[in-house]
Amino acid sequence: MGMTIAEKILARASGKKHVAPGEIVEAGIDVAMVNDITAPLTVDALRGLGVKKVWDPKRVVVVFDHQAPATSIEAARDHVELRKFVAEQRIPNFYDVNEGICHEVLPERGFALPGRLIVGADSHTCTYGALGCFATGIGSTDMAAVLATGGLWFRVPESVKISVEGRLKQRVASKDLILRIIGDVGADGATYRSVEFAGKGMRGISVAGRMTVCNMGVEMGAKAAIVPPDELTKRWLAGRARGSYKPVHSDRDAAYAEELSYDAARLEPQVACPHSVDKVGAVREVDGVEVDQAFLGSCTNGRLEDLIDAAKILKGKRVSKRVRMLVVPASREVYLEALSRGVLKTFVEAGVLVESPSCAACMGGHIGILAPGEICISSSNRNFRGRQGSPEAEIYLASPATVAASALKGKITDPRDV
Amino acid sequence: MARVWVFGDDISTDAIIPGRYLAKREPRELAKHAMEGAAPEFARKVRGGDIIIAGKNFGCGSSREHAPIALKAAGISAVVAESFARIFYRNAINQGLPVLTCAGVSKRFSRGDRVGVDFKKGVVRNLTTGETFKAEPLPRFVLAIIRAGGLLQYLKKHRTFLK
Ligand code: SF4
Repeated sequence: MGMTIAEKILARASGKKHVAPGEIVEAGIDVAMVNDITAPLTVDALRGLGVKKVWDPKRVVVVFDHQAPATSIEAARDHVELRKFVAEQRIPNFYDVNEGICHEVLPERGFALPGRLIVGADSHTCTYGALGCFATGIGSTDMAAVLATGGLWFRVPESVKISVEGRLKQRVASKDLILRIIGDVGADGATYRSVEFAGKGMRGISVAGRMTVCNMGVEMGAKAAIVPPDELTKRWLAGRARGSYKPVHSDRDAAYAEELSYDAARLEPQVACPHSVDKVGAVREVDGVEVDQAFLGSCTNGRLEDLIDAAKILKGKRVSKRVRMLVVPASREVYLEALSRGVLKTFVEAGVLVESPSCAACMGGHIGILAPGEICISSSNRNFRGRQGSPEAEIYLASPATVAASALKGKITDPRDV
Repeated sequence: MARVWVFGDDISTDAIIPGRYLAKREPRELAKHAMEGAAPEFARKVRGGDIIIAGKNFGCGSSREHAPIALKAAGISAVVAESFARIFYRNAINQGLPVLTCAGVSKRFSRGDRVGVDFKKGVVRNLTTGETFKAEPLPRFVLAIIRAGGLLQYLKKHRTFLK
């Protein structure tokens, strides 16, 4: 019996010829990532284990993004302690508060390569699967075990194949595709499974768009989300990849627990309604809902093409007086590129607040916290109660174009109508 | 005999411990805000030994291990749910907080009911109504981690995961 990409990567990493779903394996980790929210607990646990040295400093990446720059005295204290840890351990791959969101920084800096097994102490680590690796989120104690031993136990997941055919239409984005899929599959529809996004339609989606799709894999419970690597992957990685890599593909006779197919050409703009990621419908079904805040950013949709999609809609216009719109580029690279292309100027002229790269409003830690009763339209990945501030606030998730169109009109608006 | 708290489906880690408290990592500080997004009175009223009964996909969302830490520090002795989100499930085990998957429980308990749980056999009893439920027994490997008090204690003893 053949194997899927996920199975092949886990087999290689655990030194086996063949693995099957359900099997428990102990695998060697290629790259391990921690951020400023999960690293403190990881370091505590590592000390609790009595471990003095991480297993391989070169394979560890540390990024400050969730509370960057420091959002409280406690956060500042965490940063101080972590900088000390990084220096002590001689971890060369350290990205301080000025670099961006971990899930954007790792791919940009060439850590996420086809065939690799990557763990991150953050649930959206699955984003990197867009580049053909097996990447999954783990907790801080598991991460301490990884930093101590270089390995971790995994249950080999069943694979699900989602084939995408057709091309997305104008003002319909990869975000709309993944929202539709989550709406159909449900917030726990892929729990413990690895989701493979295949098909011609997927090959027509940019690497940034693939990252958006894989990023939200965890919102249907998936352990990993993977796009088979192709020419586009290779081109994107040229000049970025750290080291060589060998693309891995699923065998023809690989077994899938489930197969679904989507026609991207028939899709229209989608929105996930409060307070659940799988309460998904067409934007047209909720248009007219007044919004107080519009957030464009996060590891889901804070990349250059997302900013450009939104800027096209706002060019030469002003956002509605009743809306605060925030734009937060996902990384310094995105920020610089958007700056030099005049995209950020378009935003500022439109009355938008442009902030420095970080998670920002996505998880309600700082920048744009919502009051009770307020409504936000957000390009991020989660609309759980209390996610961006008050538990009595409401969050709608949508594409960058829908966020921009809604900010312009002051109410949820289909981007094809502006 | 433990008392239960009952919650519905898709209780996220944002409900269990909102993001703005994550810089506080002392368990007792986190416990003060446990379940704040789902039941604001929880932290005040929870008693040591209480058990959470929940619907499907408990602990969905962020990988923050602060969530099981907050629940454990608040006094919760176990979570029984119809299903769990993957990362929370592992984090809870690693923190030594017993988690049990049990179909159909969430609608058959009311807040304050008494509950008895046998982890080894995988049996959950509603002692108030007399109903019994069959849970998925925990794998031996997982029970051993919980029994050790969490992954750290387990690893200190065994130095490796699988044997
Ligand atoms: S942008 Fe949001 S979802 Fe992404 S890592 Fe930051 S807090 Fe998590």
